[in-house]
Formats: sequence, C-alpha cells, structure tokens
Amino acid sequence: MTATELITTGRKAKAPAFGEAKRRLTSPWATLAAIIIAAIWTIPTFGILVSSFRPRVEIQTTGWWTALQNWGWTTENYVEALNTSTGGLSLLGAFVNSFAITLPSAIIPLILATLAAYGFAWMEFRGKNLLFVLVFALQIVPIQMAFIPLLQLFSQGELFGFPIIQAFSDQAGYAQVWIAHTIFGLPLAIFLLHNFIAQIPGEVIEAARVDGAGHGQIFFRIVLPLSMPAIASFAIFQFLWVWNDLLVALIFADGNVAPITKLLAQMVGQRGEDWHLLTAGAFIAIIVPLLVFLFLQRYFVRGLLAGSAKG
Amino acid sequence: MADFFGWLSTLSPWLEIPIIIGVFVFAVGVLLFFIEIAPRAGRAYTIARLAACVLIPLGIMWALQSWWWAIAAAGVLGLLFFWLDQRSRGGVGSLFQLFGFLAPALALLLVGLVLPVIQTLVASTMNSRGTAFVGLDNFVWILTQPQGIRTIVNTIVWVLIAPVVSTVIGLVYAYFIDKTRGEKVYKILVFLPMAISFVGASIIWRFMYTARPVDAEQIGFVNQIIVWLGGSPVPFLQVQPWNTLALIVVFVWIYTGFAMVVLSAAIKGVPTEQLEAAELDGANGFERFMNVVVPGIRPSLIVVLTTIAIASMKIFDIVRTMTAGANNTSVLANEMYQQFRSFEPGRSAAYAVILFILVLPLVIYNARQLKAQREVR
Repeated sequence: MTATELITTGRKAKAPAFGEAKRRLTSPWATLAAIIIAAIWTIPTFGILVSSFRPRVEIQTTGWWTALQNWGWTTENYVEALNTSTGGLSLLGAFVNSFAITLPSAIIPLILATLAAYGFAWMEFRGKNLLFVLVFALQIVPIQMAFIPLLQLFSQGELFGFPIIQAFSDQAGYAQVWIAHTIFGLPLAIFLLHNFIAQIPGEVIEAARVDGAGHGQIFFRIVLPLSMPAIASFAIFQFLWVWNDLLVALIFADGNVAPITKLLAQMVGQRGEDWHLLTAGAFIAIIVPLLVFLFLQRYFVRGLLAGSAKG
Repeated sequence: MADFFGWLSTLSPWLEIPIIIGVFVFAVGVLLFFIEIAPRAGRAYTIARLAACVLIPLGIMWALQSWWWAIAAAGVLGLLFFWLDQRSRGGVGSLFQLFGFLAPALALLLVGLVLPVIQTLVASTMNSRGTAFVGLDNFVWILTQPQGIRTIVNTIVWVLIAPVVSTVIGLVYAYFIDKTRGEKVYKILVFLPMAISFVGASIIWRFMYTARPVDAEQIGFVNQIIVWLGGSPVPFLQVQPWNTLALIVVFVWIYTGFAMVVLSAAIKGVPTEQLEAAELDGANGFERFMNVVVPGIRPSLIVVLTTIAIASMKIFDIVRTMTAGANNTSVLANEMYQQFRSFEPGRSAAYAVILFILVLPLVIYNARQLKAQREVR
C-alpha cells in the first residue's frame, strides 16, 4: 500500500486471514533485536523528559540515568523556560504564536484546496488535465525557490518590479506567514483531495443534480461531508507540518510573531548549554504533536505518510 | 487589507484565530452562494452575476490596497469575463462556476509559487543587488569555492546514507515485529519521533551528544556509553568529517518510523502461500526474508527510499539547529538561507536552483513509481 493510497482511499490495511499460518515468522532473537531497536528509539525522548524535571545543578553535573541516585525533582524549569525571552518574545508568547499561526494555516488552504479539487474532479473544461498536471508538478518545486520573491511581494508589493499592491506594513502580524503556508500547502492538498473527491460515485452527484442542486449545493451538502476522512487526514498533516516548521517561520515570521520552533532554535544558538531550559522548552514544543499523535493516531499516520515528501 | 491585518494584530492571538477563520469561511460561503445562483436564468440573476463579476475582483484588489491602475484592470477583466460567461458554450454561468471553484487556489499558486519560481530562476543569473545580468557567475562562484563544494558534497552524503539506513532499519524492524504480540506498541515507539519537530529532535540529540571533560561525569548518554566502554568522550558535532554522520543519525531516528509503517503494511500484503511454500522448501527465516519478502515489497521499498531521499536532500532544520552549518556540516538548504541572510539574493537563488535541479530527477522517478503502482492494482 502506498503512501498516497492510505489517505486517498481511506482503506485500512486488510488484516490477512492467516489462521494456521499465524505462526511467528521470526525467532526469539528477532524479538530481542526489536526490543533493542525500540529502546534505542525511545531513550532520547525519555531522557529529555526526565531531565526537564530535574533541578538545574543536577542536570549540569550528573546524567539523567542517575536520577534515582541523585534524587530531586522540580517543575521550576518549565516556569523559567516559559518566561525566557529571546529578542523580546517569551517562550510562552511563542507557544501561543504557534497556535495562532498553525490553526488558520491548516484550515484556510484546506478549504481552498477542497474547492479546487471539486472543480478538477467534477467540472468539465478544456485543458483540465494539463492544468491539473501543472498543479501536481508544483509539488516538486522546493519551497526555497519561492521565498525571496514572495518576501519581496510582501515587503514591496512588486511582481517582476511592477508595483501591484501596497506593501504589507510591519504591523501585519501573522498575515505573511499565514499566506505563505497557505500557498505552500495548496499543491499537495489539491492533489490528495482530488484523488479522494474524484472517487465519490457519480450517481450520488447526478442524483443531487436531478433534484435541482447546483454546484454550490452539491459541494456543500454532498462532497464536503463525504470527503471528511481525507480532509481530516490532511488537516492533521498540515497542522503538524506548520507546527513543526522552522524554515518558513525563519523567513516569514519576524519579531514578535515567531513560533516556538524559531524561538527554540534561537535559544540553542544563544544559550546552548542551559540544558534545564532547553529540555523543558523542547518538551513544551513537542507535547502538542505528541498529543495529536496519541489521540488521532489513525488520521495522523495516514496524513503523515501522504505528505512525507512535502517541502 | 493591511489595515485589517494591522487591526487584527493588535488583538489577542486567541481572538485572531476565530476572526480570521470566520472571515475566510464567510467569504467562501458568499462565493458558494454566487456559484449556486450563477446558472439560473432571469434578469435578477444576471444582474447579480454582473455585480459579482465586477465587484469581486475590484473588492479584492481594493482590499489589497492595490494601485489604481491595478484595480481598474481587475474591473475591466471582470467585465470581460462576464461577457465571455454570457456567451460561453457550456451555458450561461458555467464559466462563473468554474472560476469560483478554481480561481482562488490557482490565483494564489500563480502569485505565490509559479511567478516566484520564475523570478528565482532569473535572480540566480543576476548580481547581488539584482541590477545586472551576470550569467552563470553565481553558480561558478559556488562551484569554485571550497565551502560551496563542501555543501554539495555534504548534501550528496546525506542523500546516499540517510535513506538507505532508515529504510533498512525500518524494514528489519517491521519484519521482526510482524505479527508479534504488542506489535502496535512497538510501532508507536518507533513512529513517535515522526511527530516531533526537527527542532525538538535536534535539541534531544544535542543533549544526547553532549561531551564533558574526561574527568567529569558525563551528562550526554552517548558519551556515557563510550566512557562505560572505556573510551574518552567525543564532541560529536565538532569532529570533521564525522559530524555530518552525527546529524544524519537524528534524521534516521525520525524517518525510520515512516519507513517502518509503510513497509509493515507492505509486508502484510505478501501472500502467505509463498511464505509457506518457502518454508516447506526448507528456507530459514533469513532466506525467506531475502527471497520472498523483499522481492514481494519491492515497489514499496523504492517509494520509501525515494521519498526519504527527497526529504534528506531538502534537509534544513536539523543542520540549522544543531550546528548552523559550522564545522563543515552545511547543506544546500542551509547555505541558501545563509546567503539570503547576508543579502546575497543572487547566490541564494543559485543555491535554490541547484537544490531544485538535484531534487528533480528523484521526484519524477518517485511520481512514476507511485503511478505505476496504482495502475497495477
């Protein structure tokens, strides 16, 4: 099963009827190896979680694996980390910024993409396939290719040196980063949602049309509810992508609208040895994706697989 | 629009979220309403359509605080569009509906991706101020400079090592845990890093790599293990050229989960009969794995490899956060950002173009594989 199919068909992997063949394919050694790999993969995160609750002195002088001998726990690190300011913005502020950037940046491209996907799937016009291939092809462009000109458009209002719009002022808040994420999210979203929406049975659409519904109603009453699984998967993917993003934030979210990833990256540069702050800060940043992962696992896996090559 | 955003930015962020989403949903609702009534016959609907054709572009350009000529052009285009729509072959209003669905997304893509990409291509042949054409000088500069070559070599090292290692570990792990008790828990443990941002992962691993002087107690787990084994601590992020490998470990730690989940699903699709037949023929576990399972999941393997290769080629966050490219660890995406920050848009664009050229064959190959796979089913 390929990545895209996981999201577009929404099918779960078929549980094979093994019956007698359910005998294990592998030996106890394999199980041991699996346990070791699982341990190696878990230890780093566990270490940072333990460390974030240890007093500063303990972190700096003893390893977290000795936490039981060097007893001592505190939540002071979290308080201090949240109040740590870098460039006039506290980590708490950046945490809030992350939400303010991420939620609109996940929802807006999704709606636009659903509209476009419906157009591509259920409306006939000349050059449709060519246009769709072009949109698909946009996925292959690394977003780095668009950064500088887009930033110029925001800051000077110029396209190819022609003044088109008034420049965004310094007070534009999150607008730049919202728009940037919306644009960068569109090609993948259109492609995946199109695959899903095109699979809705034609009879359903036709029946609605016979009943007198126009494209507006068909979209709102039929396509939107039916594509909810795909929409949810993509929404979660885009949410996590934006939440975890550093590159777009570095370029489009300046000053006091910076998200937590950017602030953490700055903290590593400026206070790289303050492990009591970094461990707590890192844990604050990863707790949201972890919660999403644990509670929305199915959508999460599908979404992440489908979008793994984005960027 | 700038005024609106200016006003918005004075509010609490928690208030901004519902307002911007609400305004947007309202606008889409209005659009859908017009789409719904567009094909209806009758004078009132015609007037409504005319108004929408002219007022919507005017309104958008006005909201963007465009120059007068741009606003006027938008209005004229809207009028022209109305006229075309009246005479369109698909019936009155058919073009209007089509535009309503496609135009918002396509306009954003045009302005935000297509034109910028062309501009970047142009900028890569211009000098730093963007005033004079310099041909391929920027590329020559990158390729003749030790730092630039090092960057490209590092990126290639990333692409050669990271996908293979994460795929192999993911595959072996997926095979080992296949149909064991607690398979789900095993999967969660290894997939978990996929949820963590590269920045978070970088901090986690910087902590793992921390080195203390020989006589002091270690606080980085990796160095502690080295000390336990009788070695002396290594400052992993500073030792060239192995520091790039230390960064790749972080990436592998994240992407193994991806490989594992996809390949695990593929392994479950390998026909049981084949495995049983191999077993009857006396093949042991390893032989069954190499001769039945691996060929059976070959398409998925290729897709996983290419997908991770694309991701590793574009890698930025890990390098940025852990070393910022110091000690010869820089990669293309990081150098692109570095040049942008030092006000060298020409060189920055050239780096972006190199990245694009390198990634292009991989992406095309990946897309073809996906397509071929879909046709098989």
